[in-house]
Amino acid sequence: MNFLRQSFIIAGKDLRAELRGKETVNASLSFSVVILLLFSFAFDPSAEETRAICGGLLWLVFAFAGALILNRSFARDLPNDCLDALIMSPIAPAALLLGKAMANMLLLLTVELICLPVFGLFYDVPWTRQIGMLLLVLVLTTWALTVVGTMFGALTVNLRLRELMLPTLLYPIMIPALLAAIQLTTLLAVGEPLTSEYDSWLKVLVGFDVIYTLLGLALIDTVLVG
Amino acid sequence: MREKITYLIAIAVGALLITNLYTILLGLPDEANQGAIYRIFFFHFPSAITAGIAAFISLIASILYLYRRDLRWDSLAVAATEVTLAFGAIVLATGMIWARIIWGIWWAWDARLTSTLVSWLAYASYLILRKAVDDPTTRARLSAVISIFTFSGVYISWKSIEWWRTQHPGPVISIRGGGGMAPGMEAAAYWNLLPLAVLGIILITIRLRQENLQRLIDGLRRQAHEI
Repeated sequence: MNFLRQSFIIAGKDLRAELRGKETVNASLSFSVVILLLFSFAFDPSAEETRAICGGLLWLVFAFAGALILNRSFARDLPNDCLDALIMSPIAPAALLLGKAMANMLLLLTVELICLPVFGLFYDVPWTRQIGMLLLVLVLTTWALTVVGTMFGALTVNLRLRELMLPTLLYPIMIPALLAAIQLTTLLAVGEPLTSEYDSWLKVLVGFDVIYTLLGLALIDTVLVG
Repeated sequence: MREKITYLIAIAVGALLITNLYTILLGLPDEANQGAIYRIFFFHFPSAITAGIAAFISLIASILYLYRRDLRWDSLAVAATEVTLAFGAIVLATGMIWARIIWGIWWAWDARLTSTLVSWLAYASYLILRKAVDDPTTRARLSAVISIFTFSGVYISWKSIEWWRTQHPGPVISIRGGGGMAPGMEAAAYWNLLPLAVLGIILITIRLRQENLQRLIDGLRRQAHEI
């Protein structure tokens, strides 16, 4: 069985389990909508300043929603020692990471794509005007969040205070990617095209994705197997 | 014997720091634009380099732990990380004092300051992670992985003044293509870097010894429990 096929099997398994249980997507989705609602109380949604910080609002919501999904990713396999069985199975740990990261990315993207229209409604922004670039930024940043998050999920799965340790470790590492995503999204979400000075932020995102995917795939063996 | 040498070096370093203080405070004139406050640079820059060196030691020790699986490398990694945090705190504090005088604000959210603070927080969460794991080998393994991830932040912080146009001043040291420092001032900065970097390394060796002793005690305690 080649590497990518193994990853797809793992991703399929996680997605199927999630589709049947719907425990994390529902929780993460309702949490995101509640946070979006709370933000609209904290800032006056009609004000111009809100548009200036909308990228930050969106990515805070997505980062919180992501932590909920990522926390469950490996924890879901803990009952009945499923995780030990997965590690013992003839699937490479790197494929396990890649598969789980892909499943988490799909789940988080679903949450994001439902949140975006809600955000557009609440805050009255023309987010559909630059939808292509916006989707690109969403995909790049969500991959960054999920690949590092899944890696750290594997790292924290057996710890005390697991739910607390993951965000504590994840968010500081994520800041370069989140910063880039916030800069880009603030512009794109209000329907303005990217100027050439934003190229460097896109480069940050792509570089972050490549570096941390490779780092994660190289180190997951150590984390899972020992 | 090794302990005595360490303390002798520490005394020499302390003496050098005091003579440097004399040069910095009384020997050098005020800077043309900034006045007296520029003198904080003689501690800000060497502390940043020292923190960077300690972070690099922590990275190398973590990688070596994963290769050799010898817990002494893990002790070195945690010792170096703690020194990184101490000197990082000095960098942030001195930078903020300088910014209050020159910029009129304590903090600006530019790439250099943000990435430094973020790396500092990431190394702090490294120590928090260590508290959450009981088994020494698991703790060493997981924290080594975190340390490798975290070091990327240090590199971003180091390069940020070249990658982005930051509010933080660009390179002023001539070996990084900067300029604008009088030769006498730059030499004084290097002369202060020497004792601070050596101090950092001394602190690492002392913490390393403590960590090794701690592990020895833990091992003996486990043996005692078995009896």
